[in-house]
Amino acid sequence: MRTVPVSEVTVLLPPEREGRLAHGLWASPSLRYIVRRFLLSIPVLVGVVVVTFLLLRLIPGDPARTLLGVHATPAAIKALRHQLGLDEPIWRQFWTYVYGLVHGNLGRSIYYQAPVASVIAPCLPLTAALVLVATFFAIVITVPAAALAATHKEQPSDHAVRVFSLMGLGMPSFWLGIILIIVFSVDLHWFPVGGYGTTFWQHVHSLVLPGLCAAFAIVPVLIRSLRVGMLEVLGADFIATARAKGLRTWRVTFVHVARNALIPTVTLLGINIAYLIGGTVVIERVFGLNGLGNAMLNAIDLRDFPVVQGITLIYAVGVIGVILVTDLVTARLDPRLRLR
Amino acid sequence: MSAALTSPAPLGMIEATQTVAGRPGLGSRVLHSPTFVAGAVMTATIVALVVLAPVIGRYSPVALDPLHPLSGPSGLHWLGTDELGRDTWSRLLYGGRTDLQVGFLAVVFPFCFGVFIGTVCGYFGGRLDAAVMRVVDVVLAFPFFVLIIALVFVVGVGTHGIYIAFGLTDWVVYARTTRSATMIARNLDWVAAAEGGGFSRARVLWRHILPNTITQAIVYSMSDIVIVILAVVALGYLGLGIQPPAPDWGSMITDGQNYLQSDQWMAILPGIAVVFTGIGLSLLGDGLADVLRPE
Repeated sequence: MRTVPVSEVTVLLPPEREGRLAHGLWASPSLRYIVRRFLLSIPVLVGVVVVTFLLLRLIPGDPARTLLGVHATPAAIKALRHQLGLDEPIWRQFWTYVYGLVHGNLGRSIYYQAPVASVIAPCLPLTAALVLVATFFAIVITVPAAALAATHKEQPSDHAVRVFSLMGLGMPSFWLGIILIIVFSVDLHWFPVGGYGTTFWQHVHSLVLPGLCAAFAIVPVLIRSLRVGMLEVLGADFIATARAKGLRTWRVTFVHVARNALIPTVTLLGINIAYLIGGTVVIERVFGLNGLGNAMLNAIDLRDFPVVQGITLIYAVGVIGVILVTDLVTARLDPRLRLR
Repeated sequence: MSAALTSPAPLGMIEATQTVAGRPGLGSRVLHSPTFVAGAVMTATIVALVVLAPVIGRYSPVALDPLHPLSGPSGLHWLGTDELGRDTWSRLLYGGRTDLQVGFLAVVFPFCFGVFIGTVCGYFGGRLDAAVMRVVDVVLAFPFFVLIIALVFVVGVGTHGIYIAFGLTDWVVYARTTRSATMIARNLDWVAAAEGGGFSRARVLWRHILPNTITQAIVYSMSDIVIVILAVVALGYLGLGIQPPAPDWGSMITDGQNYLQSDQWMAILPGIAVVFTGIGLSLLGDGLADVLRPE
């Protein structure tokens, strides 16, 4: 994925526009930006709802018959057809679906005969915590590694970081999870083999290995982009000025270079977080964590379509939310973007 | 075409060919990129191994050896056997054969369709472009792997489901990349010259724009194959991919996970194969980017 080089993002504000901005509720450009950014995600949200609605249509043949398997009685099939709304015209089904969603109704689980929302809700905090821990690790690993590589271009440490990223690019995260379990849980007994514990510290403890695994799925891409971004910034005039002023190397690297290179990386993090979140599905299975991903895989085993559909939707809404947040954070880091 | 009337177009094309002729030849650029050479060698090695699986595999990947289950490396079984006494070396080769084949084939349609739609959108713009880009946004809003799992679940587990799932989703990145490259290319001098010279739009797109835009898609396709192979292996690990008894690196890792205490190599070896393939293809992609990069 390409990032916009920081040096190209220059926005000059015409003086007459500055005057106009200073009136009324819209005085704050940040507020305008936030509102506009919210409005922009609405069409995507609508599209996501349409796609999850259409999932049922992709089931070959009669979805009710396929979901229930070959031994289903005609009465059971008819009942399920009714429950899924398949006996109604499609526009009406869509309306019912949207109407339900607006009222917080994600449908009804076939297996549990309970609202999908009540099946999913208990799993949500774990997945959210896992994504948070993974993002933390992704940043903590990426920034120093990229700084090391960029400040030592074409030197051994740069090559080492490159080899490390290359290995990460092709590594299945669930396999890395198994390796980590072998080393740190089975052999060293540092971390639990699986499960989530009951207290807060047990939760944190049990999320270390899964978080690392999930982070590794995107760290290589992030390092590459941040390294390129830092190299571009390192060549900029204000860095030469900072150096000429006699600032220490680490200060130039982490204060002047990192802040400017961070902006495209946060954007990239937002884009890649969708990939990271997708990776947590398998990682939850490896570490026996009962989050959304495991709930989805269990629902697939049970052929419980409404739960699969509901979880898919929740994941997408989560991603839209995360991208929105990263965009707002980027705007906070880079005031130039807010004024566009 | 009549030479007298189309002077702007040939001029433009001469400019284009000169740019190409002015740099060192493709062959020497290939040899001067250690990344490309390393990637090509690694990828060729792994492809040769899986293609030659019937010759060097020694056993059928599904043949049972009930006398030697879970045996270590030996002259009989080079990399040992699994819990059913199936030869690990053979299963690695045949598993790679399936995974690589599915990985390569699954990106063919997304590549062609994505590049086509991206070119059309980037060149013509307008309502079609706006509509397609909204679809792209929506597909990208889903966590990639979640959408793949959901699609494989609804259309049916196995190779067939994998092709459909990737066909429906994976074209979006190609479309987006090619679209932006096309939007840049359509403003280049020789494109304007070709248009002015009266060539048909189809010809301009095919002969003047596509050669300049397709390199990005080709470079990306290498990383994409890695992503797809990773997804196929993960699906196999979850039991949603290639179905047993057909060997697949993912399901081999699942089998090995039951023997982490005693026979760790069962789970580790298939992963090493995936990592090796991933490094090879990533290097090849980086190398291609070096080699194909315009001046």
